[in-house]
Amino acid sequence: MVRRVVITGLGLVSPLGAGVEISWKRLLEGQSGAGPITAFDTTDYACTVACEIPMVDGRGGGGPDIEGSFDPSKVLSNKERRKVDDFILYAIAAADEALDDANWHPESDDDQFRTGVMIGSGIGGLGIIADTALELKEKGPKRISPFFIPSSLINLASGQVSIRHGLKGPNHAVVTACATGAHAIGDAARLIKSGDADVMVAGGAESAIVPIGIAGFIACRALCTAFNDEPTKASRPYDKDRDGFVMGEGAGVVVLEEYEHAKARGAKIYAEVLGYGLSGDAYHITAPSEDGDGGYRAMIAAAKNAGIDPATIDYVNSHGTSTMADGIELKAIEKFLGERAATGTVSSTKSAIGHLLGGAGAVEAIFCALAIRDQVAPPTINLDNPAYETTIDLVPHKAKPMKIDTVMSNSFGFGGTNAALILGKVD
Amino acid sequence: MSEVLERVRKIVIDHLDADPDKVTDKASFIDDLEADSLDIVELVMAFEEEFDIEIPDDSAEHILTVGDAVNYIQEKLAA
Repeated sequence: MVRRVVITGLGLVSPLGAGVEISWKRLLEGQSGAGPITAFDTTDYACTVACEIPMVDGRGGGGPDIEGSFDPSKVLSNKERRKVDDFILYAIAAADEALDDANWHPESDDDQFRTGVMIGSGIGGLGIIADTALELKEKGPKRISPFFIPSSLINLASGQVSIRHGLKGPNHAVVTACATGAHAIGDAARLIKSGDADVMVAGGAESAIVPIGIAGFIACRALCTAFNDEPTKASRPYDKDRDGFVMGEGAGVVVLEEYEHAKARGAKIYAEVLGYGLSGDAYHITAPSEDGDGGYRAMIAAAKNAGIDPATIDYVNSHGTSTMADGIELKAIEKFLGERAATGTVSSTKSAIGHLLGGAGAVEAIFCALAIRDQVAPPTINLDNPAYETTIDLVPHKAKPMKIDTVMSNSFGFGGTNAALILGKVD
Repeated sequence: MSEVLERVRKIVIDHLDADPDKVTDKASFIDDLEADSLDIVELVMAFEEEFDIEIPDDSAEHILTVGDAVNYIQEKLAA
């Protein structure tokens, strides 16, 4: 018998706020999570904007009285917090929310053995690695913290979440740059399908708004540098004036569950993971091929895996990073949707939350699940003057209420790695 | 209370998020203050920095309580 996989819990720490509902509400309202970088002094940096998480201490546009501000002390004690980089902190917070939302807190051996974790990150503990390298140079090898390695390793997000919740099934981590979150959900769903687990806590996390992260992506010529004075306008996928992506941070985590398992315990079901497709460009380390072939083949593979006609896909959450690659992806989507391109709906939520790199695919899959729940496509904000002629509705500025049974989320990463997830409504 | 004890207590409270009342002379890092082996490595490094001394690994292995740390540091400073 074919095992079906459904999403039964969602957790988010995003630039629009800590928590799924506050982030989704602000996304639908067309709010932007961007602002001037508050994490460090940006003098001499060509890019000074990012989508930071609003923090209770005032960073990232948050504050003690501002709704949705993230309070790390509610997640970890000071002692534990020193042992994790921020990407792990965000992953833990998102996983807590997702498991609470799913009402899944396994206690028996069997339930614990059948629940796994697969949370990835694009870069991992970049900030701690950079700081520790400086300490090594200044003070020598004897002053390196025993927590340096376990605080920065990418798979320690999965490790920490498993320890915290007693999840003893498969423990794994994906590292595929900006496709990480989508690959993690897709691969975790396959582990359930193949019978390795009944429940998987899956997603992606990133915390690269640190000096070396921003400087590194500036050097790749990937970041937006033209809107330092107007941060909320900086991320503008498909717009004529877009000039690079805006870095985001945070984590998205879902609880995936075998359908009968979820039904038997009366779990709330957001959507089914219908299909998952992967491909490689074999073209360039940072750029997609001009014909968008890699992305196209990932979408086709996902549709084939789902056993559906691409024309039945109601809404596509695109990779759409606000770079020159937007057009390449759009053409590939048009080709993929075929006749449906005439009435297709595609938006990029990176316009509001920036690019969460390894977290992006997971956060966007969560938005797709919510689009099915609430029957509304989130908007592409800042799309004032479309750079492309297309029959597809790119959902400029305002959310679009519509019938949504089937959605697809695209994620493409440096190195030419592509993933597409297709989610469907469960009646 | 000795000055060394006070400085040691401050480091322990800070690093382990420990309840100050529990950080007594006899308190065991692992049994009473919820430290693990890596916490102790970090604590020993903090003692080295605070008192500008070196604590070799084979000596660190015998530092199990707050009192052990204070005694070791006092001996080292007196030497």
